[in-house]
Amino acid sequence: MTSPFFFLGHRSVKTTPLNQTHRDMNAKMVDFGGWDMPLHYGSQLDEHHKVRSDAGMFDVSHMLTLDIEGEGARAFLRQLVANNIDKLTQPGKALYSCMLNPDGGVIDDLIIYFLTESHFRMVVNAGTADKDMAWMLLQRDRIAPGLEITPRRDLAMIAVQGPHARDKVWQVLPGSQVDTENLKLFQAAFFDRYFIARTGYTGEDGFEITLPAADAASFWNKLHAAGVTPAGLGARDTLRLEAGMNLYGQDMDETINPLEAGLGWTVDLKSERDFIGKQALLTQPVTQQLIGLVLLDRGILRSHQKVVTPKDEGKGEITSGGFSPTLNQSIALARLPLAVSPGDEVQVVVRDKQLKAKVVKYPFVRNGKILV
Amino acid sequence: MSIPNNLKYTKSHEWVHLEDDGTATIGITQHAQELLGDMVFVETPAVGRQLKQGDECAVVESVKAAADVYAPITGEVTAANEELTSAPEKINQDAYAAWLFRLKPANAADLEKLLDSTGYQKLLESEDH
Repeated sequence: MTSPFFFLGHRSVKTTPLNQTHRDMNAKMVDFGGWDMPLHYGSQLDEHHKVRSDAGMFDVSHMLTLDIEGEGARAFLRQLVANNIDKLTQPGKALYSCMLNPDGGVIDDLIIYFLTESHFRMVVNAGTADKDMAWMLLQRDRIAPGLEITPRRDLAMIAVQGPHARDKVWQVLPGSQVDTENLKLFQAAFFDRYFIARTGYTGEDGFEITLPAADAASFWNKLHAAGVTPAGLGARDTLRLEAGMNLYGQDMDETINPLEAGLGWTVDLKSERDFIGKQALLTQPVTQQLIGLVLLDRGILRSHQKVVTPKDEGKGEITSGGFSPTLNQSIALARLPLAVSPGDEVQVVVRDKQLKAKVVKYPFVRNGKILV
Repeated sequence: MSIPNNLKYTKSHEWVHLEDDGTATIGITQHAQELLGDMVFVETPAVGRQLKQGDECAVVESVKAAADVYAPITGEVTAANEELTSAPEKINQDAYAAWLFRLKPANAADLEKLLDSTGYQKLLESEDH
């Protein structure tokens, strides 16, 4: 038996403040883009179902929080990212956006929180953090040389997700309910040393909580004692796939225009505002789309499998595929020619066979409910 | 790690059990099962298929990855464990009970060339560094 393992060895492996905690809980650890992270704590499937039905927690401290401080922070972000920062008018409000290169390719996808006019907070992917930082400093020097951009590796981040996630957090942080129960989706508030955002990557309700690294293990253990299931990167991936959320490096990268990666809703081409990559987006023809697949035959869809469309309109490929524990069948996100529509049947090349799949609109699952 | 001493093993993590009737039963080891994690799909070879040692003949897929299973010896497939098709998790529950297929060996002496439990234990130790 052989298997293609995706997690390649790295010379120096980075660890989060919860590394020992994961090991104490018998996590199966893997190298994820240079970070030593928990893949699962026994069963990835159980963890997935717990998040859909109750509450699970993920160590996402490998993601990088950046503070952008100083005069002109908003003007800087107006040019830096593809979504319109001026949508953020209320302190605590968050915005999901792509950061593009001048060719319109996606350097990273990220979340920006508006704290004050002179302080915005950004969260970027782990694997792209160094590249993002270098790009932002270059743009900072050009657009707003007085701004300070500070990586906050002194912070940890724990995502608590699931229908009972918020209740569990309130149980563990007495007094926090008053400050956070009225947060809408994509809003955040400070409570004591905790920055609590109603965001996530699972399609369930919950919080992503940023806190001092030194407090992370005790907070994690309290959540565990309150009945929150530790969940690893494996469940995180199947949950986000069901929720139809893009994964950087798979569903988009620097060679893909966000309009062809299902991220058109995050790109503001209507306002007069100029931003890096805008000209390219306005001039490049859009010929592909990101769309969902549900496998009708037996098998498992995986990224990079080729997709043959009904009239063979052009190349198609799965960008993210896997087994959906909630649907109990295989699903995928695929980049297909624009002519393909939901309801169409396509063939996916799996090893030496062609398997039948139905084209659907995603998300596949939201708030515990199957939508396809 | 459980490595039963009544079985033979391959370097590619299959186990082989010689039955009383001279056929060989094949599955994947506990170690392989642990590496792959939760199983979600199994494809077994067709009964009657002629396999040469090293042929890709079955597929096991977990939530994490797809893995090919190779024929440990040359022979003809005499049975396939259809039960795994609807319940692939049986491999996780007991990798040595959840057999994949049976072969009628072309040459019974081929079995002797496979690793015994001590040899397989050494292989795992050398991989785990």
